[in-house]
Amino acid sequence: MTTDTRYTRADFQSGQEVKWCPGCGDYTILASVQNFLASLDIDREKHVFISGIGCASRFPYYVNTYGMHSIHGRAPAIATGVALADPDLTVWVITGDGDGLSIGGNHLIHALRRNVNLKILLFNNQIYGLTKGQYSPTSEAGKRTKTSPMGSLDHPFNPVSLALGAEATFVARTIDMDREHTTEMLQAAYEHKGTSFIEIYQNCNVFNDKAFQILTGRQEREANRIYLEAGKPIVFGKDNEMGVVVGIDGAQIVKVEDVGLDAIQIHDPARPSPGVAFALSRLAHGPSGPTPIGVFRQVERATYGDLMVSQIDDAKARNKATSISDLVQQHGTWTVE
Amino acid sequence: MQEETLSPPKPPEKRDRVVIRFAGDSGDGMQLAGTRFTESSAAFGNDLATFPDYPAEIRAPQGTLAGVSSFQVHIADWDILTHGDEADVLVAMNPAALKSNIRDVVAGGLILANEDAFDQRNLDKAGYESNPLTDGSLSNYHVMTAPMEKLTKLAVADSGVKGRSVLRSKNFFALGLISWMFNRPTEPIYEWVQKKFGEGTPVAEANIEAFRAGFNFGNTTEEFHHTYEILPAKLPAGTYTNITGNQALAWGLVAAAKSAGLTLFLGSYPITPATSILEEIARLKHFGVKTFQAEDEIAGVGVSLGAAFTGHLAVTTTSGPGVALKSETMSLALMTELPLILVDVQRAGPSTGLPTKVEQSDLMMALYGRHGEAPLPVLAPSSPSDAFAIAMEAARIALKYMTPVILLSDGYLANGAEPWRLPDFDDLPPIDIEHATEPNGPNGVFYPYARDEVTGARPWAIPGTPGLEHRVGGLEKEALTGNVSYDPDNHEMMTAARAAKVDGIANDIPDLEVFGADDADILVVSWGSTYGSVRAGVNNANKAGYSAAHVHLRHLNPFPKNLGDILARYDKVLVPELNLGQLTAVLRAKYLTPAVTLSKVQGAPFMANEVTKKIVDLLEDPS
Ligand SMILES: Cc1ncc(C[n+]2csc(CCOP(=O)(O)OP(=O)(O)O)c2C)c(N)n1
Ligand code: SF4
Ligand SMILES: [Mg+2]
Repeated sequence: MTTDTRYTRADFQSGQEVKWCPGCGDYTILASVQNFLASLDIDREKHVFISGIGCASRFPYYVNTYGMHSIHGRAPAIATGVALADPDLTVWVITGDGDGLSIGGNHLIHALRRNVNLKILLFNNQIYGLTKGQYSPTSEAGKRTKTSPMGSLDHPFNPVSLALGAEATFVARTIDMDREHTTEMLQAAYEHKGTSFIEIYQNCNVFNDKAFQILTGRQEREANRIYLEAGKPIVFGKDNEMGVVVGIDGAQIVKVEDVGLDAIQIHDPARPSPGVAFALSRLAHGPSGPTPIGVFRQVERATYGDLMVSQIDDAKARNKATSISDLVQQHGTWTVE
Repeated sequence: MQEETLSPPKPPEKRDRVVIRFAGDSGDGMQLAGTRFTESSAAFGNDLATFPDYPAEIRAPQGTLAGVSSFQVHIADWDILTHGDEADVLVAMNPAALKSNIRDVVAGGLILANEDAFDQRNLDKAGYESNPLTDGSLSNYHVMTAPMEKLTKLAVADSGVKGRSVLRSKNFFALGLISWMFNRPTEPIYEWVQKKFGEGTPVAEANIEAFRAGFNFGNTTEEFHHTYEILPAKLPAGTYTNITGNQALAWGLVAAAKSAGLTLFLGSYPITPATSILEEIARLKHFGVKTFQAEDEIAGVGVSLGAAFTGHLAVTTTSGPGVALKSETMSLALMTELPLILVDVQRAGPSTGLPTKVEQSDLMMALYGRHGEAPLPVLAPSSPSDAFAIAMEAARIALKYMTPVILLSDGYLANGAEPWRLPDFDDLPPIDIEHATEPNGPNGVFYPYARDEVTGARPWAIPGTPGLEHRVGGLEKEALTGNVSYDPDNHEMMTAARAAKVDGIANDIPDLEVFGADDADILVVSWGSTYGSVRAGVNNANKAGYSAAHVHLRHLNPFPKNLGDILARYDKVLVPELNLGQLTAVLRAKYLTPAVTLSKVQGAPFMANEVTKKIVDLLEDPS
C-alpha cells in the first residue's frame, strides 16, 4: 500500500468490541477491508456499509463509517435506496450465504441485473453461522447438520454462476486467507461502475471448519487455485502444468502438454457474453477440486443511478411547471364566486 | 332523424340532486363514461361525489354478473357528503348490469337500458328467465330503452373505425344521452376526446359521433322528452378541482417534500388499489421526485428506508398484503428511528379477498401488526381531498419525530372523486427539518441517539456528513451512543422512550371538534373514508327528531387528547366501521367506553340510511 494516504486502518475501526469467534475468517476480511479503505483517497464519511443478518452482517458495527445492520436478506434493497439517494456515496453491502442467497436471494439478483452502484461482498462459509450451524444454500448436498441429520437434500447454489446468470457486470471470487488477492479484488470492485459482486470464501472454524481446505491448505492449495488474470492463459499448478480449455461442453481441466499452450483459454473478463465466464464458474462446485479465483466478468453497462438521474434531468429540461398550482391548473379548475 | 323534432321541448325539471349509476360489462367503458360525466358536472359547478366499483378481473366473461362494472356519481346544487345511497337513474348496458344494480335503484327511478343487449344469450347469462324490459317485472320503475348498439353503428359508419371496434363507442352514446337528459355542457367531452385519442383520428371521430348520436337521440325521441336541471352548487367561494383520493395523496406527498425542502423518494410494488399513487408520482419526475418500482413490497420499503437514512422524504405505498410483507422493515425503521411513510390503501381481505373493494380492516394491523413493542403514528384521511392534507401531516410527524408513520387510506377514497376547494399553495405550512451537521456530545463525539427534549426525536445525520459517522441497526441501541447494547435496563428504558415519543405526538395534534350537542343521546365515532356517509346518517337522524352527535378521527395513534373526555360525556357510543369492530375494540380497551359497532364488510361503503337506522335502533332500545 502507498504510505502517503490520509488514513490508517485505525481510522476505520469503530471502537466497538469485535465479537466473532476467535479464529473466524471474518476477522481477516475485516482487516483487509479496513486496510483497503485506508489506502483510498476518499473521505471516510463517503462510505456506507449496509448488511443483513448473520455473523458476517455484524461487519458494519466494526467499521467507522456510516452503516446500517439491517434485517435478514434485505441489505441489497436498502443499499439500493442509499445509492440512489446520493450517487456520491460508496455503498458496500455485506452479506452471507444464507442472508444473500436464501432469504435475500430475490433482492440480490435484482440488484445485480439493475446494475445499481453497489459493492456486494458475500461471505460464503457454506453454513448458517449465527444460528449455530444449519446447512445453507451453498452447503454441499448431503451435508449433515442438526437440521439435516441424514444429510441435506438441497442442491447447492454456486454464487458466481448465479451472479453471472443475473447478468451482473462485475463478478469475482476470492479467499479470506489470501489478503493480497482480496485487496486486489476490492480494488477492482471499487473501480467498477455498477454492481460489483465478490464471493469471499470464508472459514467458519466453529461450524464448518476447513470447508475450503483444498484452497487454503499448504499442501493442497497450489494444485487447486486457478488464478484468473485478464489477458493471460488460464494455467495453474506448481509449474503451471495444468490449464483450462473451453469448448462446447463448457470448461475442462487439461494437462497443458496434452493440448499445447495455444489451446489454453485466454482469460477475458470483458467479453460481452457471460458464457465463458459461466463455464469457468462451473469448474468447481463447492469447491471440491481446482477452483478459479479472480475476476470472472467485468463489463460496462449504464448504472441504474445514472439512468435515473438522466431521466430526471430530461424531465426537468422539458417541463418547467413544477409547482403544485401548475399541477392543479393542468388538471382543470373552476371558480365559485 | 336529426331535424324532425316531434314536439316543442319542455322546460327542464329542476332537481336539487340526482344520483346516476352507469353499469355495464367491464369491457363497456362505464368507468370512462362515469368519469367524463363527472368532469363535465364539475366544470358545470355542481357539487359531486363518486363511487367507482369494478370487478377484480380485467375482463371477466362477457355478459356475466361477475363482469359488471359500475360508476355512481351524485351531483347536487348543494354541499353533499356522499355518493348517494340509492340511484335515481341507472344506465344498464346489458341484463347482467341491470340485475346486479337494480336493488340500489330508488323506487320510481329511471332505468335506461341498451335494448340491443337484451337478447336470449345475455338474458341467460344474467339468469333472467324472461326479458325484464318487457315482462312487467320493472313496473315499479320508469323504464326507457334505446337500441344503443344499432344507433352507435350507424353513427360511426363514416369515422374509419371498422369491424367489432365500432361497438366500443357505445359508452359514448350512453354518455351523450345522459348528458342531454341532464343538460350537461358538451364542449368538455369533445375537448377531452380530441386530447385523449388525437384530434381527427378515427377513434376520436367515432366517439364524438356516438356521443352526438346519443345526445340527438334524446333531443328527437318523444319518449325521452324530459330533461332535468341541477344548478351549480352554492359551494364556498374559491377555485376548485375535481380530485380522487390517490391523486390528492400523491400531490400531498409532493407538496410535503417541497415544504420540507427534501427530495421525495417512493419505493413501491404495484397492487390495487394503491398503484395509481406510484403512477401519478412517476410522471412527476420534473419535480425532481425519485420513484422506484421494486421487485416486491419488501424491497419497496427497503429502498425507501435506505433513502430515508440518506436524507430523503421516503415513502412506500401498498395495500394490505403488501403491509404484511413490509412489517419487518417497519420495525427496523422504528428501531433505527428514521422518518418513513407507509401508505396502506386498504381493500377487502384477508388474503386477496375482494381486491377492488373497500374495507377498513387493516386498522389493527397498522396499530399492532409488528413484532416487539412497536408503536407507530397512524393517520387516516376522511375524504378524497383530505388525502392531500393528511399526506402533509404524515410527513410533518415523520420528520419532526423521526419515526415511521402509517397512513390508512382505502379503495373507496382512492378512486372516489370530489370537488376540492384549493388551498393557497404558496402558503402551505412549512415543515422545518434540520439535518445534524455538528457533533452533539463532549469532545467532538456524535451521539446518534441523543433525544430532543420536547419531541424525543433523535438527530438525523445523513451519510456524507463529515465527523458524524455512525452505525444504526436492528439490535437494541444504547441510549445516546446508539451502540449495540444487551443491557436489560437500557432495553426497558429505550422501549419506553420509543413509546413515549409516539404518545407525545398527542400534544401536537388538534383537539377533536364534536358535531352536535354535548348532551346528545348518542355519540357516533367514525374514522377514515366513512366520514361522509356517517355525517349524513347523523344529520338524517337529527332531522327525524333524534339527538345524535358525531366525532370523526383522522389521528388513530395517538388519539387526540380530548377523545377520552368526549366519550365520557355520552351514554351511548356507536362506531360504524367497514370491519368487524376494530376501532370499537381499541376504544373500549383504552377508554372503557361502552361503544358498540355498526359493522359492514360487503366490499361497499356505508349508506347514510344504514347509519341512521342503527342510531334510531339504539335510541329506541330501552336498555
Ligand atoms: C427473518 C429472520 N429469519 C431468521 C433469522 C435467523 N437467522 C439469523 S442469521 C441466519 C443465517 C445466517 O447465515 P449466513 O447469512 O450464512 O451468515 P453467517 O452467520 O454464516 O455469516 C438466520 C437463519 C433472522 N434473524 N431473521
Ligand atoms: S460461528 Fe462461524 S462464522 Fe460465526 S463468528 Fe463463529 S466462526 Fe465466524
Ligand atoms: Mg454463512
